[in-house]
Amino acid sequence: MPTFFEKKQLVTPGELLAEGDYLPGENTYVEENKIFASRIGLVDSDNKKVNVVALRAFYVPKVGDIVIGTVAEVGFNGWTIDIKSPYTALLRASDVLSRPFKPQNDELSQVLNAGDLIVAKIASYDRAHDPQLTVGEPGLGKITRGQILRVTPTKIPRVIGRKGSMISMIKQETNCQIILGLNGVILVTGKNPEDEELAIAAIRKIEQESHTSGLTDRITQLLKEKKAKVEEKLE
Amino acid sequence: MNEKPEKLIDKKGLRLDGRKADELRPLKLQVGVLPNADGSAYIEHGKNKILAAAFGPREMHPKHLAQADRMVLRCRYHMAPFSVQERKSPAPSRREVELSKVIKESLEPALFHELYPRTGVDVFVEVLQADGGTRCASITAAALAIADAGVPMRDLVVACAAGKVDDTIVLDLYDAEDKLGVADVPVAYMPSLNAVTLLQMDGILTPAEFEKAVNMAMDGCRKIYELQKEALKTKYMVVKEVEE
Repeated sequence: MPTFFEKKQLVTPGELLAEGDYLPGENTYVEENKIFASRIGLVDSDNKKVNVVALRAFYVPKVGDIVIGTVAEVGFNGWTIDIKSPYTALLRASDVLSRPFKPQNDELSQVLNAGDLIVAKIASYDRAHDPQLTVGEPGLGKITRGQILRVTPTKIPRVIGRKGSMISMIKQETNCQIILGLNGVILVTGKNPEDEELAIAAIRKIEQESHTSGLTDRITQLLKEKKAKVEEKLE
Repeated sequence: MNEKPEKLIDKKGLRLDGRKADELRPLKLQVGVLPNADGSAYIEHGKNKILAAAFGPREMHPKHLAQADRMVLRCRYHMAPFSVQERKSPAPSRREVELSKVIKESLEPALFHELYPRTGVDVFVEVLQADGGTRCASITAAALAIADAGVPMRDLVVACAAGKVDDTIVLDLYDAEDKLGVADVPVAYMPSLNAVTLLQMDGILTPAEFEKAVNMAMDGCRKIYELQKEALKTKYMVVKEVEE
């Protein structure tokens, strides 16, 4: 039962990873008892499970995920939302309005118009139906301020860090509120644009260096350095 | 190149362009050349210059083409008006429609269609300069573009042709050999899985010659496969080297 890779090795689709008594993890598949990679990424094994952390992927909806989307179209009884996925999501009017929805009384484009950004949760999704969103929970709904940035969805776990260590550190250092959409869209809201820029720079660095170790320490250092620079300017 | 030369292979066994019988043309592959596409690749295979761009998976338009249980792959092979000596009409010709289908069918076995129902992947292949063997070079580039778009694949698909020129079986025919030679056998292949996804033949070969040509083409594919993997890794390696 050999494996054919070193830890964190860059692999391409079709590369043979392991043979025999191993389990296929993310971005891998089995053919005749052999495990192959199906995306370009970095291999890693966890006990008997072989995983490939993809360097390029797209978002596939999952029930319960928090996502950030753009209103694409205002419909008769709801909105279609672009969540940067192969599937467009639907948001029903009755979910947003806390009262029964009557088309003759309510003008939907006054609640949410095309181009508006929202934070929402995936309420339902399966192979046969497009994902349906809900905003009926605290923290969800229309975005009114802050800055948006996009990363490859596979890198979101790296931005969160082990048990949220990375994201809580960035929040603390920059005094920003950060909402991570699992579809790869990130919302940063701070007291002033400088703080937001700082957080964005940190996230961009994580995106670029997501596959290296000791990243949290380097990001902390980066933030401290940049903060010092900003303070210098102010003085 | 209007008159037929007497011999396509000289006494030393070299071809008109100076290659040995089992030698490939020089190859150059590059991934991620088009920022507006989800994935892209550029190939220079001898004098062939081909761009491939991949989009998706995304919602199918027009919607009636979507399949409820699977992802749909669409390909368009197109030759630029300036890609050949005589201006080629930009309208899709019979040959281009056929090659679009051939390229699509040779890439399909590499995809996991059942994973993303109701979606579509679009691949656009643009031939900027043609010099024989464009269908093979297109498949090689298109597979890279799809992989670069982040679409899961069983393996990269590589293609290469072999054929018969005068009395010799040769690898990777170029334009003159293709037109004046005896036979041409394009093969598309997934090396890791040892699976052939395209096999065509134009001309007449004996069964023994055919087998020799197919094996030769598959050997060529394996050589190109290494370059293909290298090209894909190079795009992402740049990122890796930054902080090392």
